[in-house]
Amino acid sequence: MALTKNDLLRAYRLMRTIREFEERVHVEFAAGEIEGFVHLYAGEEACAVGVMLHLTKADRIASTHRGHGHCIAKGVDVPAMMAEIYGRATGSCRGKGGSMHIADLDAGMMGANGIVGGGPPLICGAALAAKVQGTRDVGVAFIGDGASNQGTTFESMNLATVWNLPAIFVAENNGYAEATAADYAIGAGSLADRAEGFGMPAATVDGHDFFAVHEAAGEAIRRAREGDGPSFIECQVNRYYGHYEGDAQTYRPPGEAEAARANHDCLDMFAGRVTASAGIEREELDDIDRAVAALIDGAVSSAKADPAPAASEYLTDVYIDY
Amino acid sequence: MRALVMPKWGLTMTQGVVVKWLVDEGADVEQGAELLDVETEKILSAVESPASGVLRRRVAAEGSTLPVGALLGVIADADVSNEAIDGFAATFEAEFTPEAEAEAGEGPSPQQVDVDGHSLRYLKMGEGGEPAVLVHGFGGDLNNWLFNHEALSAERAVYALDLPGHGESSKNVGDGTVGSLAQAVAGFMDALELPAVHLVGHSLGGAIAAELAGATPDRVRSLTLIASIGLGREFLPGFLDGFATARRRRQIKPVLEALFADPALVTRRLVNEVLQYKRLDGVEEALAAIARDLVADGEQTVAIRERLATYPGRILVIWGADDQIVPASHAVGLPDGMHVEVIDAVGHMPMMEASARVNQVLAAHFEGLLTA
Amino acid sequence: MARTITLLQAINEALDQEMARDSSVIVMGEDVVGGSGAEGEMDAWGGPLGVTKGLYGKYGDRMLDTPITESAFIGAAVGAAASGLRPVAELMFSDFVGVCFDQIYNQAAKFRYMFGGRAETPVVVRTMYGAGLRAAAQHSQSPYSIFTHVPGLKCVMPVTPYDAKGLLIQAIRDNDPVIFFEHKGLYETEGEVPEQSYSIPFGEANVVREGNDVSIISLGLMVHRSLEAAETLAGEGIQCEVVDLRTTSPLDEDTVLESAENTGRVVVVDEAPPRCSIATDISALIAQHAFDALEAPISLVTAPHTPVPFAGVLEDQYMPDAARIAAAVRSVAGYAP
Ligand SMILES: Cc1ncc(C[n+]2csc(CCOP(=O)(O)OP(=O)(O)O)c2C)c(N)n1
Ligand SMILES: [Mg+2]
Repeated sequence: MALTKNDLLRAYRLMRTIREFEERVHVEFAAGEIEGFVHLYAGEEACAVGVMLHLTKADRIASTHRGHGHCIAKGVDVPAMMAEIYGRATGSCRGKGGSMHIADLDAGMMGANGIVGGGPPLICGAALAAKVQGTRDVGVAFIGDGASNQGTTFESMNLATVWNLPAIFVAENNGYAEATAADYAIGAGSLADRAEGFGMPAATVDGHDFFAVHEAAGEAIRRAREGDGPSFIECQVNRYYGHYEGDAQTYRPPGEAEAARANHDCLDMFAGRVTASAGIEREELDDIDRAVAALIDGAVSSAKADPAPAASEYLTDVYIDY
Repeated sequence: MRALVMPKWGLTMTQGVVVKWLVDEGADVEQGAELLDVETEKILSAVESPASGVLRRRVAAEGSTLPVGALLGVIADADVSNEAIDGFAATFEAEFTPEAEAEAGEGPSPQQVDVDGHSLRYLKMGEGGEPAVLVHGFGGDLNNWLFNHEALSAERAVYALDLPGHGESSKNVGDGTVGSLAQAVAGFMDALELPAVHLVGHSLGGAIAAELAGATPDRVRSLTLIASIGLGREFLPGFLDGFATARRRRQIKPVLEALFADPALVTRRLVNEVLQYKRLDGVEEALAAIARDLVADGEQTVAIRERLATYPGRILVIWGADDQIVPASHAVGLPDGMHVEVIDAVGHMPMMEASARVNQVLAAHFEGLLTA
Repeated sequence: MARTITLLQAINEALDQEMARDSSVIVMGEDVVGGSGAEGEMDAWGGPLGVTKGLYGKYGDRMLDTPITESAFIGAAVGAAASGLRPVAELMFSDFVGVCFDQIYNQAAKFRYMFGGRAETPVVVRTMYGAGLRAAAQHSQSPYSIFTHVPGLKCVMPVTPYDAKGLLIQAIRDNDPVIFFEHKGLYETEGEVPEQSYSIPFGEANVVREGNDVSIISLGLMVHRSLEAAETLAGEGIQCEVVDLRTTSPLDEDTVLESAENTGRVVVVDEAPPRCSIATDISALIAQHAFDALEAPISLVTAPHTPVPFAGVLEDQYMPDAARIAAAVRSVAGYAP
């Protein structure tokens, strides 16, 4: 799929929105404005956006505990996300889910997930539905390097092959699951080799490079839409912040995240490339930066001002009807 | 005028409940007389009069909970005016600050001392004089002397220790015999540089004290045996095993109740403290080793009469008339020269159940004021 | 010597002392060490809240970081237990049991029975539970009744640092599989704990406050809230007896019934939703065996039949608090047929 200038500007806007959102949540969390567990996606934006640029609203994704980026890229309303993180009545989940459970089924986003490895089986289901209904829609399961070792992931990859499902497994390998290195926990060493063992094609790409992700995802999604079955993509990335907000990260070598930010930042790489060769002016990107900053500012101030849910809401929506 | 205040029984007591006054306002009271019952989380006991005189005021209402040191009543001579009594009470209450609010951590606290590979815990109260050492019984610890330790320390330094295997002393007891426990007590006296002491032993502690007195009479200025083993053969069947093996409330409670004439004295707190001790690693083994040397076929195997015969000093024998563990009949027909005190309506723990009386006779005994 | 430490420290000390005492004790779980395979510090986490921190330095290879693979490592702990070790496996949040329940429910719990009494499975699964941290629906549950329901498992939920140490040591020495529930809201609770090792037998409830008017039967964090309510009620002349169950399997039925028979009025307080719960279990027990002593219907104070919500206002409604407990006690105390 050739990328138009509009596609590129849209990709930049999404990545910038994710970055700005996460940087801002980082600050607000540190200021004590946000409660609960928060896991930031900063540094990994190109993975979500590179994949999502191929998807329509009808395609479905399953996300993880580190889900803000997937949500934004899939088109979940940004102020509603911020309001959810603040536990507001106006949040995507009306304040009932919080950061770890943001979802928007209408946008094809089947939820962030508090359970590592919770998503892949669900995506088999979404893909099965598409296949049974003959829609040509696909399902994409995002997993981390840590989640790649979960039994539910293995079982789902096998099932996807057995049923020849339009499913794509995107592993965001940021080197760590909490404080444990991927090198320690992934016995086979290579995620791609392991995926091939399940009978699906696998690619390994630089997850900071939007274009690399976009290209690999394009091929996988095309295969899925054409009924050729599941694929696997490993995106190798860096996590700019701790596992969760509050993580002291002493298991990382000093300067690791800073070096990635300085030399391998997805936004810098993208801007450099499109201003050099795609006929996009730095000015246009700066305009986007300003618009995004205003969007996030607005989202934070409205989230702060929005009402908490009515106390009685804790009893609603357990069932549709009971 | 003397203030009658809420006593501090043991290190952890911060308050007590006034259960019942035993003496009417205006009654003549002797120093040491029991004036009222107070209940703590641990135990119910009587508060003694600090002086002889008239109980002029009962300040504390029955049912009230008061901090340690709070005014309970006023003792004074009959000729002191009512205004003076009221003034005294008002001033006292105005100046009183409960201990918790005052300096925390005041007062004596237990120490550890190393003796022949054992770490022994002890508590010292008082200074100078002819020192005394208090030796608890099987399964007990230095807190058994809760109601005696401070009273006895008015005139002298008084040491209460945890025997090996007990309280917070180390749990290895070697062969667990009375002889080796006596050696530990002798080692304790050496370590604290106590050449000669008034030695008080309760139950098993009585046999230990007798062993020391007989073997090294010059180190024992006087000997007191409270409900001691070793003077007869009967022993409550199953008691030692019951105590040594109980792991649960429901198992230990009846065992502890047999220690007292009034089973209501066995509060939940007391049961919990005993259980907390018994749960420590090594305790069950230590108690089993000690018990092995004490009874066989339901009869005592330790005999101390021979040891006593070689001790030339003063001997005081105290017994509760209703002792179910070691019967008070063992206090009858003892060799001449001992002072025997049998206290009515008291079980195996006279120093707790009749602390006032026990404190009185002990103080007199230390001073050589008792006659045989 | 007893000194004051936190419940978190008490758990660490219990693990430390048992690992020192018995070389067959091993600890495994996600980031129970932290830093495995990474270039920075080892023992970087010691578990998500630092409960196992410091043990790696002392016991090295007997502290095992695992991949995120609960089904495999909880099952491995079960298998190792049946093969001579005494593993303590950490299931980080009890909510995660969904991915590994089979190894607990069909394997560990049933070995001894299925194999005709010829197996021993001395495994301990330590796991966090409980709401109040704004951790939302998948990190806040109190699923102990699910485990209590399973014959073959023992279920323990300490409330004080003293109990945490003694019950964990018992759990490790116990020859049956034990699920050891740690409430996130209790880790910083302080209390006196002896330095020496000791063990508390299972199936012995703790009467944490005595009273003759109303029995409050409770467990976990709710014991604190019950005590808070009892304090308020004492000022109103209602004396509550507060019972901490300590273990739900085995259950100290005698202490529960004794208390119910003594007061004739019972409130059961449970942080979990009410259906098929510890609360209903206790109330059925009392209704069956102490019916004649009852002077009022048994009252249950529980979470509602809903998942745990995220927003503060909602979660605070969800969890039973002292005010709700006190209200239930008042109505039970004042009940006249
Ligand atoms: C079933 C389950 N086990 C453990 C956890 C705790 N946990 C949350 S995130 C995480 C690490 C996930 O690592 P990875 O999949 O690499 O994702 P990343 O955090 O790096 O994005 C763990 C262990 C969980 N939420 N669910
Ligand atoms: Mg990762």
